[in-house]
Amino acid sequence: MIKRVIFKNQRLPYLLILPELLIILVFFYWPSIQAIFWSLTLEPPFGGPAQWVGLDNFRELLDSEEYYSSAGVTLLFAFWTTLISMGSALILALFVDRVIRGLVAYRAILMWPYAIAAPAVAVAFQFIFQPGVGFFAFLNDIWPGIWDPSIDSYDALVMVIIAASWKSITYNFIFFLAGLQSIPKTFVEAAALDGADPIQRFFTIVFPLLSPTFFFLLVINVTDSFTEGFGIINVMTQGGPGGSTNILVYKLYQDGFIGLDLSSSSAQSVILMVLVILLTFIQFRWIERRIHYAE
Amino acid sequence: MYRTKIMFLTFTILALTTTSGIAEAKTEFNFWYGLKGYLGKQVAQVCDRFNASQDNYLIVCTGKGSYDQALQASIAAYRAKKHPHIMQGVDSSTATIMMSGAIYPAYQLMSDTGYNVDWDDYIGSIMNYYASSDGKLYSFPFNSSTPVMYYNADMYEKAGISGPAKTWDQFEEDLRSLKNAGIECPIAFSFYTWVHLDQYHYMHNEPISTRNNGFDGLDAELMFNKTSYVNHIKRLKRWHDEKLGSYAKNLFGIGTRESFATGKCGHYFGSIASHGTVLKTAKMQWNVAFVPHNKGTKPNNTVVGGSSLWAMKGFSNEEYKGVAAFFNFLRSHESQEFWSTVTGYVPVTKSAYDSLIAKGFYAKKEFAGREVAIESLTRTPPKPLSRGVRLGNYRQIKKILDEELEKMLMGKKSVQDALDNAVKRGNLQLRRFEKQYKGKSLP
Repeated sequence: MIKRVIFKNQRLPYLLILPELLIILVFFYWPSIQAIFWSLTLEPPFGGPAQWVGLDNFRELLDSEEYYSSAGVTLLFAFWTTLISMGSALILALFVDRVIRGLVAYRAILMWPYAIAAPAVAVAFQFIFQPGVGFFAFLNDIWPGIWDPSIDSYDALVMVIIAASWKSITYNFIFFLAGLQSIPKTFVEAAALDGADPIQRFFTIVFPLLSPTFFFLLVINVTDSFTEGFGIINVMTQGGPGGSTNILVYKLYQDGFIGLDLSSSSAQSVILMVLVILLTFIQFRWIERRIHYAE
Repeated sequence: MYRTKIMFLTFTILALTTTSGIAEAKTEFNFWYGLKGYLGKQVAQVCDRFNASQDNYLIVCTGKGSYDQALQASIAAYRAKKHPHIMQGVDSSTATIMMSGAIYPAYQLMSDTGYNVDWDDYIGSIMNYYASSDGKLYSFPFNSSTPVMYYNADMYEKAGISGPAKTWDQFEEDLRSLKNAGIECPIAFSFYTWVHLDQYHYMHNEPISTRNNGFDGLDAELMFNKTSYVNHIKRLKRWHDEKLGSYAKNLFGIGTRESFATGKCGHYFGSIASHGTVLKTAKMQWNVAFVPHNKGTKPNNTVVGGSSLWAMKGFSNEEYKGVAAFFNFLRSHESQEFWSTVTGYVPVTKSAYDSLIAKGFYAKKEFAGREVAIESLTRTPPKPLSRGVRLGNYRQIKKILDEELEKMLMGKKSVQDALDNAVKRGNLQLRRFEKQYKGKSLP
């Protein structure tokens, strides 16, 4: 029998969720509806009468080559940051899981980066990636011009991907470690006794049991990578060079806040919101089926 | 007991009301500015000096970060009707702010509050940028600068160059001479649109767009892919290809200025406003000169850069009197001298400039060379194509151009293609601006 919580007082449950509802209303629904209105008009920056243009803003965006290249950069960015941060976190968690001595120390050290704000991470990485001064200056001495994120679009993209992944690794690590530690050791030991090597043990026992955590992190990482990259990119490359790190969320900011084109920016927000909702929906629909949840 | 209570109460009430009647409340008004760091501190000083100079008005100055951040803050505040009396707008946002319907034009403010301003005293190439097409000033020029060429005199001596080049051809020869003399970085350059797009066109009397750079109407179209700007960009690309200099976009706080000031590179093109900053850092002999022009042309004046102060709508007459008093204070010779001393910005009125010369200001070692900026601004009286630009969404257009030029530099497209695409994308921005203000026209 499934235990249910029953409230005797009819109004209490509603009162309890009211603060959260208010917050979502004010900080999500209201701005979203406003954005939808603005995306259908030409909103002047200082306010005042706005021209109704229907879907023209969307049409202009979808006609522009730059929007597609921005979308492409975003997909690349999302893919690589998710892969690198989840992959590294999983490997680290597997290693830490086997450690007997110093577990607490390793866990603490690997969790600290989570507390650092994105701009701070960006500033630190700026120094590392400086072509003239940082670590890469050493490489540039040997092969001149090999690393220059101010001109080379690949270098710039690699740089922001690494900086953004670094920050997410800790978040994923915490969850993976918790997930691994909740797997009963008896399963793994039994498999080892039967002659399974670590790789086999991982794919047949550990990974399936870890799959709820994995799925959760996948959804969170993918949705986050669409927006979290902003802090890093704003400090490090401002979308350049030549638009090579101009992810959708940064382009939206640049057009709206610096370019003062509120309508195009709103249209871009709406598209981005739809994209993320769609992606999450797809993930839940197709991937969740294959997840094995413990009874 | 009861009687004492009444007496006490009466005395307190009387005391409070009479004292508040005696101490006259000063009229307060707000100014939001977008200069940071050292310059931000100087703006705060200017405000303090105004407050100290009179008893009727109190200006409250708040730094809001960079130009962009200050503008965003002012816009958001205006929408919430909590905006400041004075806001600072960078030069490229002039058209947007002029059309916004949110501002109280400067000439009107001054005449409504009873000030008699000699508008002709303002240096033409500074005033025209912020004035309507019939010459009425809409916002007050505040921090005004113009670009100059910074050069490393020590390196010149080493390479045997006698003086700064006047033409671009001579300049390129100089770069080669420096390279041959063993100097690794003759110039730190970038595509700095303010210098290489805007001022280049003004100096050579070529149009950045139709309709006299937008002054005559909102239906302007960009033209810089058809002017000699194409050859100028090819020139810059040549410098990059022949390694005559290093491309130094402002990455991680090290831009062209820092590359020059640390003595690493021999030249850079930048605002005269950085004169003081370079002075603090540079350990070599250096000086400033006019930005070169094309051989065989007679160069026009360069145009002001920087920002201006806009009075915003929606306040009482008494408060506007304070705003006008502040603007009047800024015009005074004394205030302009202060501003020119602590920053590299130039005076905005002819009489202030003359008085500085008379005082021997530009003869002093720290300020020597700054007069080059004024001479550059006043080389000729402003012509229709050397008044500045009045194009909407200009900030976006420049960003688009930067992006296209970067792609060109990376070898992804040719110079002509990059400029053609920049013009195409830029025109879309102009059309959006025009549509936004359908039926209205520029003042």
